[in-house]
Amino acid sequence: MRLGGWGRYPLLDAEVEAPRGAQEAAAQLHRLAASGRNTIARGMGRSYGDSALQDHVLSTRHLDHFLDFDRSNGHITVQAGVTLAEIIALTLPQGWFPAVTPGTQYVSVGGAIAADVHGKNHHVDGSFGRHLLWLRLLTAGGDIVRCGPEENAGLFAATCGGMGLTGVVLEACLRLRPVRSNQIEHVTHRARNLDQVLELFSEHSAATYSVAWIDCLARGPRLGRSLLMVGEHAAEGALTAEPSGGPAVPDLVPSALLSRWSIGAMNALYYSRGSARPRKERIGYRPYFYPLDALRDWNRLYGRNGFLQYQLVVPVGADGRDALHRVLRTIADSGRGSFLAVLKQFGPANGNLLSFPMEGYTLALDFKVEPAVFELLDRLDDIVGGAGGRVYLCKDARLKAAAARRMYPRWDAFQAVRARVDPQRLFASRQSARLEL
Amino acid sequence: MKKILIVGATSAIAEAVARRFAARGERLYLIGRDAARLETMAADLKVRGAADARHGCLDLNEYGLHAMAVQQALTALGGLDAALIAHGTLGDQKACEADFTLALRELETNALSTISLLTHLANEFEHRGGGLIAVIGSVAGDRGRGSNYVYGTAKAAVETFTEGLRCRLFKSGVGVLLVKPGFVDTPMTQRFKKGPLWASPDRVAGSIVRAMDRRADVIYTPWFWRLIMGIIKAIPRPLFKRLKL
Repeated sequence: MRLGGWGRYPLLDAEVEAPRGAQEAAAQLHRLAASGRNTIARGMGRSYGDSALQDHVLSTRHLDHFLDFDRSNGHITVQAGVTLAEIIALTLPQGWFPAVTPGTQYVSVGGAIAADVHGKNHHVDGSFGRHLLWLRLLTAGGDIVRCGPEENAGLFAATCGGMGLTGVVLEACLRLRPVRSNQIEHVTHRARNLDQVLELFSEHSAATYSVAWIDCLARGPRLGRSLLMVGEHAAEGALTAEPSGGPAVPDLVPSALLSRWSIGAMNALYYSRGSARPRKERIGYRPYFYPLDALRDWNRLYGRNGFLQYQLVVPVGADGRDALHRVLRTIADSGRGSFLAVLKQFGPANGNLLSFPMEGYTLALDFKVEPAVFELLDRLDDIVGGAGGRVYLCKDARLKAAAARRMYPRWDAFQAVRARVDPQRLFASRQSARLEL
Repeated sequence: MKKILIVGATSAIAEAVARRFAARGERLYLIGRDAARLETMAADLKVRGAADARHGCLDLNEYGLHAMAVQQALTALGGLDAALIAHGTLGDQKACEADFTLALRELETNALSTISLLTHLANEFEHRGGGLIAVIGSVAGDRGRGSNYVYGTAKAAVETFTEGLRCRLFKSGVGVLLVKPGFVDTPMTQRFKKGPLWASPDRVAGSIVRAMDRRADVIYTPWFWRLIMGIIKAIPRPLFKRLKL
């Protein structure tokens, strides 16, 4: 089966097996190990690059059962293939919402753990792994190991953010957040340039959710002009889960649709929508958290060759700010803008060995796949790595091994855990091979 | 709150049906072969809203145990309003051609075990004077095709049996529904290449639940299979035997 990540680059022919329980999965692992093959778990395929790609992948499609939900404390136990969308549909009407959610609700819990995903509330609530009570991991040897912040903590710290390389997450127990409405009160602030938006982030650091949309094509004094959106769960309102659906993007979008000019025009339009004075609105959780989910298969917008998403973080402080300026200037000068660029201030890093977030500024942008982009991103890697920052593995399809090692200082500690639980390296993705991980 | 028995509960279509019933708060009894998966599924259905979800483990080719299994379901739920028989296998036609023991096994699983269950359930519902029995057949039962006639034979037997049973039970107020799905993307059909005619188990489950609610007699699902099979049935035999279908 032809398989790719969300960015549809790279693509490869893969054998997909979807076990219907731990026993079947263990038998499949045993058979793969005996024939010297590699595999990697795959959920909804929402990682952008090649982190859930391998000649053989274990799909968690049939591990889609809820196991327990305690309505009194919001603890929910699910199999790894259950998506946040399914959790929300079940729990929101009862007043519970995921404590951390990425920009799509169509991610599996297993995938959210493997990438230790973050959301607009990272600066106050940390990443996905912080809200796990425990998880059950199927290791290469066929053992099922329960781990959490206090039991098998080393394995837990390697698995949260470990890109599936420690084993197959079978099930997990999550702590949800109580909410009293399916609506978000949000305020949009306009920032003329990068310094102003960073200031606004500090000013609103107590807000639960904050994120900025940034115009990557603006240059000179307007470099980094942004709209900062700050949000809180509304204090009262309906609790219904909104139905999913919406139009889909056809498979035949010409790749020229997103050109420098069309993106520039769109960005200018979007920016002008933000008024000079902060604007307050109340909107549903879907348009707030998952605006892109409204356009099914939006990844096809970039055409046949797919796209790369590049998400970086640089540490807080003058060096980080300087690096961010240089990154934005390099992108603006290249003219290879992004359909959507997102800027956010992260809170402190956690103890997970390969987790992406660190205290600082994170920027995410899309690039259509074309030859010149790879060289541009290599240059950005130099700036980011040089400033003590890193790029997000779950978006990556092209980072070089040496650059990755420099960005992830706990690399060796991660490898030590892996040597213990998977000495034969049964679990490997195209990404881990590329990064020599 | 309806009391519903689901046989072959871990099949993809049955599970999708069960989830829809669970969301409505019904009480469910699941019969299947794999105890671990039944247990997981029962937990899932309860979280999804089922007022109750219990299960019994059974190899359905053990006809001798069917009466007991039906009794266990009746006792566990304190009665039954509806039953859905959804188990089945899609054997290898070529292998069945070469080896009758394999063909027999296909016929046992897909026809005889269903007929045995229908016999017990029919008597039970008739005695109580109400209820609904739904059975998953297949479009494959509509006409014997060279590529799939052993499976088709079993499904045709089930169709004829339910047709007669429906007539017998009509005066007792018991409904008999035959569901004829086309291509459904399930673990049973994993080895086939999928195309535009393929439907998801959830879509098929939606039409099964609607058909059970309105006590239909026979449905094709998705609906367009009624047209497709109408055409296939209308092909004259001299031509049909020359086709590779």
